[in-house]
Amino acid sequence: MAWFRKPQYTTLRATPPRDVIPEGLWFKCTECVNFIYRKDFERNLMVCPKCGAHFKMSAMERIAMLADEGTWEEFNAHIRPTDALKFCDSKPYEKRLKDAMSKGDANEAVRTGRCKIDGHTVLLSVMDFNFIGGSMGSVVGERVTRLMERACTDRLPVISVATSGGARMQESILSLMQMAKTSAACAMLARERIPYISVLTDPTTAGVMASFASLGDVIVAEPGALIGFAGPRVIQQTINQILPRGFQRSDFVLAHGFVDIVVERKYLKATLARLVSFFWDEPKSTAKVVPMAL
Amino acid sequence: MAMTTFEFEKPIVDLEARLAELRQREAAGEDVASELHVAEMELQKTRESIYRNLTPHQRVLIARHFDRPHSLDYIRALFEQFTELHGDRQFRDDPSVVCGFGFFQGRPMAVIGQQKGKDVKENVARNFGMMHPEGYRKALRVMKLADKFRRPIAIFIDTPGAYPGIGAEERGQAEAIARNIMEMFTLNVPIVVLIIGEGASGGALGIGVGDRVLMLENAWYSVISPEGCASILWRDAKMAPVAAANLKLTATDLLQLGIIDDIIAEPLGGAHRDPLVAIENVRVALEQALNELTPLAPDVLRRLRHAKYRAMGKFIEEVSETAEAAAGDTTPGPTSRPPHSRKP
Repeated sequence: MAWFRKPQYTTLRATPPRDVIPEGLWFKCTECVNFIYRKDFERNLMVCPKCGAHFKMSAMERIAMLADEGTWEEFNAHIRPTDALKFCDSKPYEKRLKDAMSKGDANEAVRTGRCKIDGHTVLLSVMDFNFIGGSMGSVVGERVTRLMERACTDRLPVISVATSGGARMQESILSLMQMAKTSAACAMLARERIPYISVLTDPTTAGVMASFASLGDVIVAEPGALIGFAGPRVIQQTINQILPRGFQRSDFVLAHGFVDIVVERKYLKATLARLVSFFWDEPKSTAKVVPMAL
Repeated sequence: MAMTTFEFEKPIVDLEARLAELRQREAAGEDVASELHVAEMELQKTRESIYRNLTPHQRVLIARHFDRPHSLDYIRALFEQFTELHGDRQFRDDPSVVCGFGFFQGRPMAVIGQQKGKDVKENVARNFGMMHPEGYRKALRVMKLADKFRRPIAIFIDTPGAYPGIGAEERGQAEAIARNIMEMFTLNVPIVVLIIGEGASGGALGIGVGDRVLMLENAWYSVISPEGCASILWRDAKMAPVAAANLKLTATDLLQLGIIDDIIAEPLGGAHRDPLVAIENVRVALEQALNELTPLAPDVLRRLRHAKYRAMGKFIEEVSETAEAAAGDTTPGPTSRPPHSRKP
């Protein structure tokens, strides 16, 4: 008998099929259909390095990008949503909330807090599209309103980064009233002469656009963002014709006079800091002011 | 003239037909007195049982009835020497909203109302009560005029929504609505909002911030129309009755939620069955609201208005360490930090 024997079977090592790209390593740009190495894409702030298309960022990613490192301090995270109306569509709102909370790093569709932006202390509100389409319910309204109220007492400028499909239907009339609540807070900011800069990112529509997002002293938009009141699908159904290219995109809105500037993401932080200093910094002169001789 | 009736009214319509037939026979000399009496009793009972138990969606249908009194019906009946003022001074006059001044029981005041038509032709002219940005701007212009001369404002809401169209977007529908909402908090005069039919979303709220918000019994007010909600959340517009129930859009629901201040009763079966009664009820409600609000000083009015909307919304406020830290704001203890290293 032999000492060892050749096995009577063959072992096939499981190898991944070659044409499948490992999950998450590559990002396919939906605009230019190029594959981009995900790390490059992320290093480029979720902007396609090939075509410049701006993709959505979560609130935490946005804060990481805007706030000076280690300066972010969140407020009112303890305010949580509740299903006050017992709303139930394909699944109960209660369940929808739980799913949304377990999905990403969002605890609601907005995070609010204080941070420094290039050294300027500001109050910052950042919406998160991953949380039920960035929809505004009672929590979004309350957090944004409290932030603006705090801006008045602490005398700090407010920056809001919006992304939202509109009011949260599952909170029905309560969410509609958040438009009134946040707009009232904007009126207060204006009265107190607190600078308020509103940044519109893809997409900002309906209830949020028809309230605090439209009421900034300066309105900044990211390139290519969908900005408007009604969604393009609703408009198309109503008027029954194909919408023109670029309709409701940043450049369109800029051309029609409803945003002040369209700013690429990589320049956003510097732009915001500059805008704040226009309105808020103590004037400091480097050159001696020579009165003009008359 | 036969009035449009709804399917849920069929038992009533049938009984009415039978009653009419009996009356004819009675006129012809037949003795049907007892039958007539029974039929009348039954009709009354059926009416009560149907109209007192309307589902939210049935109310939505009633709120949209063509013959329901619209803004101009109330304005013409309640405001003497009503004088319409046109145009937003920027683009054009929006016919879907009527603005002007008139005397309400001798009191000069501003009136604004979203206007629907009674038939298709009129509806097309009025754009079905769907406002464009210039409509909101016209309304704001007239509200500011009222503010300037210290006149109270009455606003009639009846719209299926702000118009979703290319022109509306080009001219800043969202901005117009947002600005109106904000500016309405700065007005120094009493604002009474009367929701008389449909109160759809931002389209309604764009002229709907008030010191008193009163609502007719069968009107509806919500963040979205039941059909819109059904087609988005259920992907089927036919689910509108279910959406209507979920949205809590009836006057009773909204009173309970503290969104409106009072309900104005309608005649049995809806305002269209007896418009004069509905108009009279609106008159009484408006008069009462104005009597309550007129004595208030401008800053008190503004403060109360702000406080009223400030309190709206339902959420849970967990009292935790983070809450105390945030509330006390003593230590700059960060409650959460953004991930400075990105996810793999």
